Amino acid sequence: MNRKQKRLTVIAGGVGFIAVAVLLVLFALSRSVSYFYMPSDLAEKPVGEGTRIRLGGLVEVGSIKRVENSNVLFTVTDGAGAVEVRYAGILPDLFREGQGVVTEGRFGRDGAFHADTVLAKHDENYMPKEVADRLKEDGVWEGETSQ
Amino acid sequence: MGGGDEPVTVELGLFSLILALAVASVTFVVPAIGVRRNNPQLMSVAVSGTLTLFALVATSFGVLIRSHLVSDFSVRNVWENSHSLMPLIYKFSGVWGNHEGSMMLWLLILTLFSALVAAFSRNLPDDLRANVLSIQALIATAFLFFILFTSNPFLRIFPVPGEGQDLNPILQDFGLAIHPPLLYLGYVGFSVCFSFAVAALISGRIDAAWALWVRPWALLAWLFLTAGIAMGSYWAYYELGWGGWWFWDPVENASFMPWLAGTALLHSALVMEKREALKIWTVLLSILTFSLSLLGTFLVRSGVLTSVHAFATDPTRGIFILAILAFFVGGSLALFAFRAPLLRAGGLFSPISREGALVFNNLILTVATGTVLTGTLYPLVLETLTGDKISVGPPFFNMTFGVLMIPLLLAVPFGPMLSWKRGDLKAAGERLMVAAALALVLAAGFIYYHSRGPVLAGLAIALAFFLMFGAASDLWFRSGFGRMPLARAWPRFVGLPRSAFGTALAHFGLGVTVLGIVAVSLYETEAVLEMAPGMSVDAGGYTVTFDGITPVRGANYVDERGTFLITRDGRPVTESFSAKRVYLASNMPTTEAGISTFGLSQLYVSLGDERADGAWVVRVWWKPFILCIWLGGVAMALGGVVSLTDRRLRVGAPERSRKRRMDATAHAGAAE
Repeated sequence: MNRKQKRLTVIAGGVGFIAVAVLLVLFALSRSVSYFYMPSDLAEKPVGEGTRIRLGGLVEVGSIKRVENSNVLFTVTDGAGAVEVRYAGILPDLFREGQGVVTEGRFGRDGAFHADTVLAKHDENYMPKEVADRLKEDGVWEGETSQ
Repeated sequence: MGGGDEPVTVELGLFSLILALAVASVTFVVPAIGVRRNNPQLMSVAVSGTLTLFALVATSFGVLIRSHLVSDFSVRNVWENSHSLMPLIYKFSGVWGNHEGSMMLWLLILTLFSALVAAFSRNLPDDLRANVLSIQALIATAFLFFILFTSNPFLRIFPVPGEGQDLNPILQDFGLAIHPPLLYLGYVGFSVCFSFAVAALISGRIDAAWALWVRPWALLAWLFLTAGIAMGSYWAYYELGWGGWWFWDPVENASFMPWLAGTALLHSALVMEKREALKIWTVLLSILTFSLSLLGTFLVRSGVLTSVHAFATDPTRGIFILAILAFFVGGSLALFAFRAPLLRAGGLFSPISREGALVFNNLILTVATGTVLTGTLYPLVLETLTGDKISVGPPFFNMTFGVLMIPLLLAVPFGPMLSWKRGDLKAAGERLMVAAALALVLAAGFIYYHSRGPVLAGLAIALAFFLMFGAASDLWFRSGFGRMPLARAWPRFVGLPRSAFGTALAHFGLGVTVLGIVAVSLYETEAVLEMAPGMSVDAGGYTVTFDGITPVRGANYVDERGTFLITRDGRPVTESFSAKRVYLASNMPTTEAGISTFGLSQLYVSLGDERADGAWVVRVWWKPFILCIWLGGVAMALGGVVSLTDRRLRVGAPERSRKRRMDATAHAGAAE
């Protein structure tokens, strides 16, 4: 092969590879990205069962029920709507009633939201960013209170 | 302890920083003029200026450390992030466990690298050295402005509070003492490659010698970054109590992207050094690697992400760093666009050759960096444009990054087996037959032992072993073992260049890491259950029995500590302790995982909530071969160290030549 052919081979290979990568990225983005919802969004526009989403809001006071086999039930609310969440596992250290939370999972056939991940991060007055933004918009929450 | 006993010292820190800004500006401007006018005296300001700059920043950093160590709560930064009851080591590491301190560390390491370049690169042409140091000083100037105007660590508060607000408890860990410095030594270290690239573009001259000068710096930065990422991953694993070792969190990606690009840079600089090819590409890669470091700094420091690492909430900081990012990335890329055509293209090579393999490596690594970048920035871009909030999680990265890695990993053992210019793929394949066969046999044994797993799992395990044996075969064939008598092969083996050992060790380490990742993903077991004292659960052939909870008081926290007895076939093996910890100053709870190590595998016990009748929710993981993930990282970093001691790259070599020159001519401005 002469110089030109060699260069063409390399370029063709590279372009082909990049094309494959771009397709992979597009495919993965259409498949494995989860949208964020608040309970009131779900009341307006329900999400089909089996679709993976992130659900955020406040943990309703008095709603935490610990049931058999390390399962936990609690209600996520944003003032306008509420969704019951079922979770099996260890809750984060800062999971509290009245605190912000983001859960990730799917609606099951039974209509309940089955979370496989519960996030409540390490800061005493931590509000997950998505939850904080929305609650401020809706006027439910004023922002950081202490300090 | 009390505040404000020696008020002067804290101001010394601030004054040094202001003086450093002045020195940095001079070190940027004067040598640059010197190069234009070809005036050696002006150029030599670069060295003395750089060394002075480092001394000033180090003084300032020292003052900040002192304020933290003596708990001087008149300093706002100390009050916000420290507590008098904290153990000394965390008072120390708390210096960089916050936004201002971590920017100071960033700056300190930047000026340290500049000083090292000034001290060890006296064999560089004067104009190149002046340009490199001038650009380093420009970066320092930008960050000094940033620190002084948005993140001053020396602000005082009055009246002086009696007690500090404590350091975020999850940061009170030995891991934090070493993780950020290692990480910064890595990604700030790439600034040197960036400055060399920009200097080359300014002068329009670039050759194999340039690559020879750049490669040790790339290698040094890379090995620290490798160690830093491995360390950070282990820290997250044992400290967060979630049992995970990599979350594809944007903050992790922020350090992983420069690592990927830096790895590509190491390999392309090799081609440039040996064959004068890929010049333009190597220059571009140098720019991109440090740009990704700056992007990482922006992501972590601006507070655009929500994560444990995002301490910053002040938007002016975000905009300031974004401006720095835009200036350096935009400026260097524009310079590249104008000047790159001046650089002459290099040597020819066939697609099947060592160069070809390294191009393949670069292609995959840069495309993989692109996918990580997409996954990291896409949610931010989408939210800005449409307001939709999405999250891109591990499935995305597994589907893109994970898939792209497979051809790269397969190709790694072939690369070093191919010769420069024109390689013989068939011969390389024949040499790797034994490695491949051994890998398949071991993988079959592995699957048989675990008595489950699909064929794909076996292939993934085989791939990991193939990488390890492939690295060993490279050394084997280079020394001529098997071809010639042992008495002749052994001296050849000992005499191999250090860089060959470095390469083999790093590639071997990669295999070890892959083995750990594959084994944990496939054979990890997890049980979440409610345990009353006396109850047991089986994991990985061991039995874990809950022995109840005891309260334990620590220096600045109180634990509710669960004791777990670990037995195998009825015989006691060890005890594991997992605790719910509450830090007294902040009243913040954390989980302390109980981790027991068995060979390369670990049993990970995490304590959950208390239930009725003294029962607790407990999560027990069996993590087979998990230590391989980090040990592989250590081996890769050691491979870097070994390569760095290679004669051709030895950092000390320029030093000796400098001494000779110092004897011959008196160096005016450089003498310290």
